[in-house]
Amino acid sequence: MSCDRSDKPERGAELSRRDLLRSGAAVATLTLAPGVTLMAFGGSPADAAGRADAGKRWGLLIDVSRCDPDCDACVTACQVENGWKDEGNPETDAQWIRKVTLKNRDTGRKVSMPVMCQHCEKPPCVDVCPTGASFKRVDGIVLVDKHICIGCRYCMMACPFKARSFIHEKHVNQKSWAPRGKGTVESCTLCVHRVDTGRIPACVEACEATGNRAIIFGDLKDPNSEISKRVAEYSSIALRADLDLNPGVRYSNL
Amino acid sequence: MERTIYREIKMTPQLWQVAFLLGAFLLAALAAVVYVEEYGHIVTGMNNQIVWGLPHVFAIFLIVAASGALNVASMASVFGKTHYKPVARLSGILAISLLVGGLAVLVLDLGRPDRLIVAMTRYNFKSIFAWNIYLYTGFMAIVAVYLFTQMSRGLPGNYVKQMGMFAFLWRLALTTGTGSIFGFLVARPGYDAAIMAPLFISMSFSYGLAVFILVLTALCRLSNRPLGQGLMRKYARLLAIFCAVVLYFTAVQHLTNLYVAEHTGFERFILLDGGIYTWLFWGGQVLIGGLLPMLLIWHPATADAPSTPVMASILVVLGGFAQLYVIVVGGQAYPMQVFPGYEVLESSFYDGMIAAYSPRWPELFLGMGGVALALLATGLAAKVLRILPTNLSDANIGQKAES
Repeated sequence: MSCDRSDKPERGAELSRRDLLRSGAAVATLTLAPGVTLMAFGGSPADAAGRADAGKRWGLLIDVSRCDPDCDACVTACQVENGWKDEGNPETDAQWIRKVTLKNRDTGRKVSMPVMCQHCEKPPCVDVCPTGASFKRVDGIVLVDKHICIGCRYCMMACPFKARSFIHEKHVNQKSWAPRGKGTVESCTLCVHRVDTGRIPACVEACEATGNRAIIFGDLKDPNSEISKRVAEYSSIALRADLDLNPGVRYSNL
Repeated sequence: MERTIYREIKMTPQLWQVAFLLGAFLLAALAAVVYVEEYGHIVTGMNNQIVWGLPHVFAIFLIVAASGALNVASMASVFGKTHYKPVARLSGILAISLLVGGLAVLVLDLGRPDRLIVAMTRYNFKSIFAWNIYLYTGFMAIVAVYLFTQMSRGLPGNYVKQMGMFAFLWRLALTTGTGSIFGFLVARPGYDAAIMAPLFISMSFSYGLAVFILVLTALCRLSNRPLGQGLMRKYARLLAIFCAVVLYFTAVQHLTNLYVAEHTGFERFILLDGGIYTWLFWGGQVLIGGLLPMLLIWHPATADAPSTPVMASILVVLGGFAQLYVIVVGGQAYPMQVFPGYEVLESSFYDGMIAAYSPRWPELFLGMGGVALALLATGLAAKVLRILPTNLSDANIGQKAES
């Protein structure tokens, strides 16, 4: 380098300028683009998709007739697992999963059931997201890349199931697998951190523990899985079937 | 007839006062942004039901008005209307300024405005938002070149016409993109309609011209330059036609929805029993923003009054804000039909309920800041660039006062 400088001053000057520009760019990156820097070191859709198996389509089958109107074990389990809770602001608090009680307008029949991200095959939230932060893994799980979500809330406008929440305030004591950065959007992850290690989602586990077994989790592409057998044998529906989004979450006895 | 001479405006005490006032609004907006950044959107009126609130109403108004403000220049270079030519430069500057103001509000209302660089570097091209980033930045670049062709000496005349045509087509695409933000939303009964794009284009004609009339009047008064009443009446008559077009598209939008059984609930909400939204629709959008300006401009008793163009423009702007409030907030307030055929008896997440929204001061300040930024940028441009003619009197630009 020093030899270059003494022998060829113009070349040396050029290198110096280049070095200077390079260091300037590094400073600019650190200053202006912390999101990009974070993303570069992990947590990208590709990283998450790397653990997903394209041969699977994870889904839930919710048997409404088995769901106890007075039970919210699935909601509590999700809160504990993913670190969200009732903060006393019902209009702005996040709800990854909620219980609803419905009455059929024609027959008067009442039902109770949980509603969460429906993990659509053709998710409107993914279509509208300008940066690609909303994405679908090859195994059908729809997620938000928390590093590149800019908080525009267009996905919330687009989701037909009211499944997403905007993080309105700072949260502490977050779970490492469920970062909840203020100003970004979040929703049910189908407990992807558990699924990737061979476990079942927390809500399903909690429902099983109550003995109701209203929620079944499994691979919709595996004809031998319990969920596939059940949807093949019994009638089940998708919410807003008219939109033809083919959700991974289906409801039976609704 | 003296030829049109463009000169930078000279600062008058009144101009300084207005500049300071706009600066104060900018500071208030900045304070609001810092406040929301520190505490989160919990300090705004927005919630998980109404995710786009007052800032979006301001931002979309400014963006829609931006493309409409360029129409004045298009009238001159594309449609050959000579009485628009002297103000074509101001039209271009105002268009860019309004867009900058609108985008500033939009960006600063993001949950993570610090990640703007992400929005500029990562694109999902299936998203109309991603297209809009190109449409907006492209608009600014194209209008800047269009302005250059207008202001350069020695360029062949057809350059201006060609750039004018290009800019006109681009602005149609831009407003189509803005309307389609709502048109492409399949989930909500108030949106999901192709008519949103032409409706927004008609709104842009109307709002853009109204804002242009107000800014032109203010700039001429503050810089003591004559502005012909005949010229203003011509602009006002065009504004009345645009008001009628907006009402037409609005009528078609709602009549079409009324035919669709699943949308009648939403129509009932907006047209009959939606409280603030029904009031804003009939009183704000239809009456104040549509019928009254048309009446003022076309009725023989008021048509020739010197204050009519300005009064009508103010009404159109107020009606425009009402219309966007109904579209943006009203469209979200009406509950989505997540469970068709079922009535929601209980839900912790407001399923099946009309959503509540009360804007708070940080949202209002941010929105006003966008308006202030647009106006300040226009004024600054008029101060440093030769965009405003020294004499817009009817005698000078060939208009008869009674025309």
